[in-house]
Amino acid sequence: MRLSMDLELQDVPGQLIMALQPLKDNKANIISVVHNRDRKTPTGMIPVRVVVEMDGSKIEIVKIQLKETGVSVVRAGEDRLIEKVPVVLVGHILHSDLGDTIDRIDSTGFAEVVDLDLIMPGIEEPSTAYLKIRATGKDEIQKALAVLRAVGAEKKLLVIEPIEAEVA
Amino acid sequence: MKEIKASLVGFGVVGHGILEVIKRKQPILRDLDLDLKVVSISDHTGSIMNEAGVDADCVLKDKTLEKVATSSMKGQEAIKAVDSDLVIEVTPTNVVHGQPGLGHMEAALSSGKNLVTSNKGPLVLAFSRLRKLADDNHCQFKYEATVGGTMPLMSLIERTLVGNTIYSIEGIFNGTCNYILTRMAQENISYSHALSEAQDLGYAESDPTYDVEGIDTAGKVVILANAIFGMDAKYSDVKVTGITQVTPEALAMAKKRGYVIKLIGEVPSLTVKPMLVPIESPINVDSTLNSAAIVTDLSGTITVTGLGAGSIETASAILSDIISIYR
Repeated sequence: MRLSMDLELQDVPGQLIMALQPLKDNKANIISVVHNRDRKTPTGMIPVRVVVEMDGSKIEIVKIQLKETGVSVVRAGEDRLIEKVPVVLVGHILHSDLGDTIDRIDSTGFAEVVDLDLIMPGIEEPSTAYLKIRATGKDEIQKALAVLRAVGAEKKLLVIEPIEAEVA
Repeated sequence: MKEIKASLVGFGVVGHGILEVIKRKQPILRDLDLDLKVVSISDHTGSIMNEAGVDADCVLKDKTLEKVATSSMKGQEAIKAVDSDLVIEVTPTNVVHGQPGLGHMEAALSSGKNLVTSNKGPLVLAFSRLRKLADDNHCQFKYEATVGGTMPLMSLIERTLVGNTIYSIEGIFNGTCNYILTRMAQENISYSHALSEAQDLGYAESDPTYDVEGIDTAGKVVILANAIFGMDAKYSDVKVTGITQVTPEALAMAKKRGYVIKLIGEVPSLTVKPMLVPIESPINVDSTLNSAAIVTDLSGTITVTGLGAGSIETASAILSDIISIYR
């Protein structure tokens, strides 16, 4: 099972190795470690996202061991929606049923809208929305974009996708 | 010294730029052992011909040839009548019927003359026919200036990247759209405001449809598809969305997340649409600049950028094509 964990480490040497040790001990295969040194939390901690392949039943043990070593576990769980893509929509987004637009993505079963930001400058003016879509894989991201393109064409919305290299 | 007798067909802004550049670059041409003479210039008012070379200073003073024409011959008739090796075709482009450029190009190639052009319309409509005509008549046919202005796209792919498989090309191919989107993002102004500014500065036509609706970019996508990917694409094969619907709010939202919005043409997917481009991407260029990312098997992704329009800039691409034929 693929799992991801958001951890917070103290800004002192050796913290990252200490945080990875319980994962090693529980035979987790580390897929990626993103160490955001330049994005400290308000309390001065360093956020780290770890993605692993491991036996899901061992996650609670890992969390306990991490806490014992002083590492704060902000979130840990199955990382089902592993790919993401940002999209900007322009048009009469609310009047063309924004809920339905989102449902069309969510109802695929492989993709979800996980972030939404909407600006409505005036009643007669087109609205603009930012959506972040997460999906279970790269192919599913492309399928979700195809769904959104079809919805955009039907509802006369401009769908602004990232250039291909940026779907990550 | 290799003598090249050139016929310049089309004497608008680009034609003037070419004549100016050929005059200015004579020392370099001589160093390359090339004696390039413009022996005839034609526009819609007539032609001026001189076997020893037309006096550039004399004709550059006026917008048309009306006052200096030595013959009433125009277009195809002049191309066939003049003893020249090379035709430089720079008449205004038309992507619906391709004329008058298409007729000029067919006349040049069927007369066995090499052809260099910046005119997109005929290539969008009849690239394969023109290519075959050039091959059948053992002529060189060069069109670097049709895509991306000074950006060395065709020559880079055909010469420097030869041996690579080109997987895709995506980029910004219209300086007018890029200027408008850049200004909207920088100043948080509306599309119509940025368009008016572009028109005041001469970056956009009074009827901007051709640029802002993505038609110009789509034409370039068709040329790249046919010339680089060997496709037999037509304008109608391209899925085109212009920039008129893009709002300042969309640009602001994109910027907040580390993106800009640019009108992107993609080959071989044959699409033209506004897209999110990461701010740090090498194809993110501002103002009237063009850029292109060429994805290859051996060299990875190569990015080029350059001025997409302007008379002297277009003339630079034309001169480069001429030199590549005769050097």
